Amino acid sequence: MSFDPAPPPFNGRALGCIRGGRAVFAGLDFSVAPGDALVLLGPNGSGKSSLLRVMAGLLRPTVGQVLWGDIPAGEDAEAHAARTHYVGHHDAIKPVLSVAENLRFWARLHEPHLPTASKAVDGALERFGLSHLRDIPGKMLSAGQKRRTNLARLLAAPSPLWLLDEPTTALDKASIKVLEAVMAEHRAKGGMVVLSTHQDVDLPGARELHLDEFTPESWEDEE
Amino acid sequence: MIRFLEVVRRDLRLALRQGSDSIMVVTFFVLTVVLFPFGIGPESGILERVAAGVLWVTALLASLLSLDRLFQADYEDGSLELLVLTPTPLEIVVIAKVVAHWLTTGLPLLVAAPILAVLLHMNADGFTTLLLTMLVGTPILSLIGGIGAALVLGARRGGVLLSLLILPLYVPVLIFGVGAIDTAVQARDATPHLLILSGLLAVALPLSPWATAAALRQALE
Repeated sequence: MSFDPAPPPFNGRALGCIRGGRAVFAGLDFSVAPGDALVLLGPNGSGKSSLLRVMAGLLRPTVGQVLWGDIPAGEDAEAHAARTHYVGHHDAIKPVLSVAENLRFWARLHEPHLPTASKAVDGALERFGLSHLRDIPGKMLSAGQKRRTNLARLLAAPSPLWLLDEPTTALDKASIKVLEAVMAEHRAKGGMVVLSTHQDVDLPGARELHLDEFTPESWEDEE
Repeated sequence: MIRFLEVVRRDLRLALRQGSDSIMVVTFFVLTVVLFPFGIGPESGILERVAAGVLWVTALLASLLSLDRLFQADYEDGSLELLVLTPTPLEIVVIAKVVAHWLTTGLPLLVAAPILAVLLHMNADGFTTLLLTMLVGTPILSLIGGIGAALVLGARRGGVLLSLLILPLYVPVLIFGVGAIDTAVQARDATPHLLILSGLLAVALPLSPWATAAALRQALE
């Protein structure tokens, strides 16, 4: 099963971002083709999260454009949201809802017409080793289990573009292996992955983007 | 539409399992109203005169109590980011959350109000109007309150700030809500007041989700 229609490339042109009066990055270009993966690298504060939020549409870039094919992604925010899965620092798990309820809510919200929604949810839980926890309320979960529940969203409702902000945080080695396999399958189907990380994540053939190269040096002097 | 119902259902389920919010709001409403006979004495003439005002002012404060949780929990656990990234206009999500808020706080107030009205010796002619004003008025409170709740996200002591922002905007609802009941008690036609109150609802219904959505986007930037 692959994406229909096949997704166009996802590009950024001359992106710049100012956060709290400080230029985080400037003149940044990126491009992700279907089946590609892009790894964002750089020290803390170099703008990995900001760039991912710009890609997701949560943050407007100060200058530059994010393009889906030829169309600016900001032009139709809802269409962009439909083709994107964003995994941020927080896991968005409600403490009083069970694992399956949490996941089903996000899956149904993302793709309400998914005919086999519950089957997709079960499959996603199974894949991330959460089947035995499906009726456990969110407050009982460990940090790693919460993160796995959050990642299970990726599989419960398909979307071509995955934006993952340090997805391996709190995951054990076995779960990182699962995530690597899931990302490889996603790319084989023609999906795209953009991921920021400080750990080693095995993504064969992934391109790297070093964000510290785009940090403007003498911002204060220019003012 | 499915997404709208999905958000309403989730918020209702959350409210049901956590339970505290609606119970707290109604308890506050009942306790505060019960304090008035103690405070101003049990003479039915005075109580009857102030009943409409007491009920409405207390309802305003009660609904204010629960507002700061409207978006705060979602903001803290990252759900708000994902709600903003839902493939549907954010305004729809906001309306869904406000509807759920009204069902869990406004509706219980509506149910409790006539019982408390008996306690305050309100004239029986005013009961229907009391229910009507509550029915039209409490959704306005939830709608306007949503704007405030979104604006104070991330602020420390947001609850206090929220009251300062929102209470002035509640004044028209209070004036026409109480006005309608007083007119009805005097056996005059309360329709003009009710129409103005409905007009307020008609204005708040499209404008406040729009303003709330803008404030939420701002909070996440």
